[in-house]
Amino acid sequence: MAVDAATGRTGGASATVHGSPRPDGADGAPSSDPDLRWVGRRVQRVEDPYLLAGRGVFLDDLEPRGTLHVAFVRATVAAAAISSVDVSPALSVPGVVAAFTSGDFGDIGLTAVLERPEFAVTEMPALARDRVRHVGEPVAVVVATSPYAAEDGTEAVLVDYDETPPVVGIDAALADGAPLVHAGVPGNLLLDVSLSFGDDIDACIESAAHVVEVEVSTGRITALPIEGRAFLAEFDERAARIVLHSSTQVPHLVRTGVAQALGLDESSVRVVVPDVGGGFGQKCVVAREELVAAALCRKLRRPVKWVEDRREGLTSGFQSREQRFALRGAFDVDGTLLAVEADICCDIGAYSCFPFSCGVEVLMAANELPGPYRLRRYRVRSRGVATNKVPIAPYRGVSRPQAVLAIERLMDVAAARIGIGPVEIRERNLVGDDEFPYRNVVGACYDAGSYREALATCAEALGYRRGEDPSRSPRPGGPLVGMGFACFVEPTAYGTASFGARKMSIVPGYEQATVRMDASGSVVVMVGTLSHGQGHATTYAQIVADHLGVELDRVRLVQGDTTAVPHGWGTFASRSLVAAGGALAKASDELAEQLRRIAGHVLEGTPADIELAHGRAYVRGTPTVGVAVGELARVAHHAANTLPPDLGRGLEVIARFDPEGTYSNATHGAVVEVDPETGSVAIRRYVVVEDCGVMVNPMIVDGQVSGGIVQGIGSALFEELVYDENGQPLSGSLMDYMVPTATDVPVIEIHHLETPTDRTPTGAKGMGEGGAIGAPAAILNAVNDALRGRGSVTRTPIRPSDVMTAIAVHDGSGRGAPMAVPTTDEGAT
Amino acid sequence: MKPPVFDYRRAASAEEAVGLLAELGDEAKLLAGGQSLVPMMNFRLARPTALVDIGRLDELRFVRNERGTLVVGALARHTDLEHPSDPHVLDGFSVLGRAARQIGHYVIRQSGTFGGSLAHADPAAEWCMVALLLDAEVGLLGPRGRRVVTAGDFFKGFLDTDLAPDEMLVDVRLSGAFPHAGFQEFARRHGDFAVVAAAAALSLEGDVVREARVVLGGVGGAAVRSAEAEDALRGREASPAAFAAAGEAAAGAIDPPADLQGTPAYRRQLASVLVRRALTEAVADGR
Amino acid sequence: MNPTTTVSMTVNGTEATVHVEPRHTLADVLRHDLGLTGTHVGCEHGICGACTVLVDGSAVRSCLMFAVQAEGRSVETVESLGTPDDLSPLQEACRTEHALQCGFCTPGFLMMLTAFLAERDAPTDEEIREVVASNLCRCTGYQGLLRAVRRVADERGAAGRRQPAQA
Repeated sequence: MAVDAATGRTGGASATVHGSPRPDGADGAPSSDPDLRWVGRRVQRVEDPYLLAGRGVFLDDLEPRGTLHVAFVRATVAAAAISSVDVSPALSVPGVVAAFTSGDFGDIGLTAVLERPEFAVTEMPALARDRVRHVGEPVAVVVATSPYAAEDGTEAVLVDYDETPPVVGIDAALADGAPLVHAGVPGNLLLDVSLSFGDDIDACIESAAHVVEVEVSTGRITALPIEGRAFLAEFDERAARIVLHSSTQVPHLVRTGVAQALGLDESSVRVVVPDVGGGFGQKCVVAREELVAAALCRKLRRPVKWVEDRREGLTSGFQSREQRFALRGAFDVDGTLLAVEADICCDIGAYSCFPFSCGVEVLMAANELPGPYRLRRYRVRSRGVATNKVPIAPYRGVSRPQAVLAIERLMDVAAARIGIGPVEIRERNLVGDDEFPYRNVVGACYDAGSYREALATCAEALGYRRGEDPSRSPRPGGPLVGMGFACFVEPTAYGTASFGARKMSIVPGYEQATVRMDASGSVVVMVGTLSHGQGHATTYAQIVADHLGVELDRVRLVQGDTTAVPHGWGTFASRSLVAAGGALAKASDELAEQLRRIAGHVLEGTPADIELAHGRAYVRGTPTVGVAVGELARVAHHAANTLPPDLGRGLEVIARFDPEGTYSNATHGAVVEVDPETGSVAIRRYVVVEDCGVMVNPMIVDGQVSGGIVQGIGSALFEELVYDENGQPLSGSLMDYMVPTATDVPVIEIHHLETPTDRTPTGAKGMGEGGAIGAPAAILNAVNDALRGRGSVTRTPIRPSDVMTAIAVHDGSGRGAPMAVPTTDEGAT
Repeated sequence: MKPPVFDYRRAASAEEAVGLLAELGDEAKLLAGGQSLVPMMNFRLARPTALVDIGRLDELRFVRNERGTLVVGALARHTDLEHPSDPHVLDGFSVLGRAARQIGHYVIRQSGTFGGSLAHADPAAEWCMVALLLDAEVGLLGPRGRRVVTAGDFFKGFLDTDLAPDEMLVDVRLSGAFPHAGFQEFARRHGDFAVVAAAAALSLEGDVVREARVVLGGVGGAAVRSAEAEDALRGREASPAAFAAAGEAAAGAIDPPADLQGTPAYRRQLASVLVRRALTEAVADGR
Repeated sequence: MNPTTTVSMTVNGTEATVHVEPRHTLADVLRHDLGLTGTHVGCEHGICGACTVLVDGSAVRSCLMFAVQAEGRSVETVESLGTPDDLSPLQEACRTEHALQCGFCTPGFLMMLTAFLAERDAPTDEEIREVVASNLCRCTGYQGLLRAVRRVADERGAAGRRQPAQA
């Protein structure tokens, strides 16, 4: 495929469609005339004009009359008993209105529960009570007339700590006699699961031709939405309820968390969500700060607003991904993977996030490690270890980027050992096209995908040379060049069955959609998902418009208000277009049927013969005999007396969809250059071949893929939240926490395969996380390919100094770095 | 991240600014481009009681080539050196243009000032290194009038200079004695402060180095000249071997810190490589 | 309360006078005193660039400038560009190239790129990449932003080349 070097725009057809794209006309589904269909087109986003004009309304843009501003006093030490807190000096700071500690709100908190014996239940207090367990933990809250005054007030609050030894890493937490983060959790083990699948694992490993061991670890990072977390709570006296405006991905979950914490009915809490400036998972859990805001507005009967600043975001906002994997893989003589044994540890910080708990990383790491490979024997122990650090929450891909890093590293090391190429060993083990549906070793059932074609396409695009000696030595004097691959399967849109299997006490998964046509023929879609950059106002409208035969601009999305939309679970886990998209496809299907029946009545025809297209209902084959959809809508509402009693009288359908789970797949490939004198890594090419089934809007798919990959590049090369031995965070600014910029990323070449799933009404699979999942493994493998024969790196982010250390260790120079050798950058002088 | 309370005064001249500093006391600070000071205030790491705004002293926003000496006003923005309005002003000083492009990013370079960067004295700041490289004479104005100090005397250590609390840096004169200069830095991301940076300047007689300047940034409390590297170059042929030896000499003479970006050994490795590359760049410069 | 000072400036072509503390940043004053909430605050230490506005035509981090420094100056924010019904060529290119997702960083990019495109007639791809690297976007991976700037520059170049023929 041609890629325009200047723009990165791909030329020519890049999508391959497998099988029948989707059902058509006859059974009531949308018209088969491709000119009429919205789904599949690169429709420009309906969200864009107002956002581009600066007319978006984000949380800090809301400021009701009389709003007070909140700032938190945060723990300055990682582990301590609180001996005293005195907020009274803050009250004499100009502009400060009030200041509170935990007891002033009745010691509220959040408790995430997994109903399984290996899980230790702990509470995350909204404000610390007798102990602090990480730097940045909120200890007291100051309320003032401006954010400036509130911050002034926090400096006046006096907190006395009686420090205790902190637990700052996995090894320290697991050591004999380690201090306990929670007194009631022995061994600092919040979750410790051991699972085994298949027979005779030990015998299989013992008799295997090749047994390969690898270890990888990943640094602690954070999602870092450019809009941090933010909340505005006000008390609606007329409705006698809290109105919590929240920058969240999960309005109904926030309502549940706040109502539970405050001991209220859910009807006493209304959650409203304005435009949200990114989330990536960090906003799919309930924050302690939003409990405090809700409690404050009830206490003060005034609007209160908290807007996280960047230092807080980096030092107390939810974090993720600090994990390590030790893998032992058994292969037969030709590279077939026979068995895997894995030991996984996740540093999950001081508390379990609500409602997913620390199990979200621990269980996903264990369950999804086998990936796209045929594997029949698998044993894993996965532990969630408490430390005196900020708690983790889901972040785009959760444990998949790390699990993929582990298994893909195993593949590369095994390939080198066996003497075959990285593509060849993957080909040998990927689930084949004729094996779907494929029930994997842990029992997940993969729907049809294109695992092998994705790999082949990616390898070809990168110019991979089959059969090349993998031990070939680098060109002397030049930069070290390497190519790396990562293949993965992305389970998307977990339904209640999957979430239930985790034993969460609150089980998410289904989605509901209301589709309502008003008397003018315009359509409103109401859902419980929460678009915050994914473009649902566009893609949902594309789906609905196809079903109802109306123009795109007749369809509007309503989201983010728990009083206006049906109960739903929000936007996370690559679920929205599958779950809500499925529900609204079903609802609009049924609404279309109602319209056909009304049209049949008006046109004196048979409903089954009525076609909906171009905003009209007409008799199939006789387009001149028809009526505007708007006229049907008018009759249904304003002249219902002319219709039979079971027709019209409003046009509104609610439908539900609880997905059984559907599996996207992709192969990522990277070419990197490593400077052997500085250790810097430059990505020269990046190719992704992805298959998410039916693409409702390929432009938006491309955007999600690119954005995810750049986040993956961040975790591969740049981003890390570092703590010192006392548990003090060292990455408190964006100078230290390095997010990729435009000069750090290559042109991303995207190829699409399109294998529709039969498990969703739209044929679409989820795809929001995939970019972030594949990138770290592809880059790590490419760097190690570049370093072949000169050392290896096994940890992300791959810092230049780590590359140099790897080379030095391999060279045995003992200098920490090799001697300088002239390279081609010198030029002739 | 809201700054603490401070008093604000706007100066209409350098003399007025210096007078205000004397009047407002030791905790008052000058505000020029604000690209280093204001972030520190927003983090509440800097808490000046008063700011004297010198941002409108346009008479100090200039870049002049005075018969082979480059004179830069304190209020010259980084962009004025990256894209000078008179393209010939940097004749013989093209290294400033190359260094300017490595300072932060486009927007930062619109506001940040040459004098502010020197006065802030970050160990990896490009202008501090250039000042040492080109034997800068730094013009300071105080209540007792003007004085001039050499760059070597001006920089005292980490974020520390010879500026008295009531003094203001007004201009800098850079020597034209080194027609060949190179500037190399290594940062994790383009635009970040360098982990290590190296600058080199040479005067040549034929292929022989008559005089050399080698400066390192990011390796200690302040940007430093490497006498060891300079000695290794003086009188030798400008060759890859000599440049590699100079890099080794520079690296061997420093005791850099350990931090998130790397160990002392790693910084020494970078210093060695970057000095060599800067010298290579220098030889190509002006030819 | 803390002492305030009076600041007068021209904002998007209109005179504005506010009474603010000297420590109030231009970003906060634009947003909260003048209601121009299109300017966003993302890091308050000059790295992310969401707050970028134009002051006397130059791109400036409004989180690193105190409003009092803008006395007598001309400030332009995203609200001075096109409206939703009548987008500027740069805004339109961003839409065409899918250069935004959540839209939070977008106003800062638009103002920075407006200044850049006013200065550079025919930027190279490298220059475009370098200037886009001034600001952070966490959603898009920058691919659409890079294409959008290229598109505006190319379209403008094409229009410029057509000019003589039409004359």
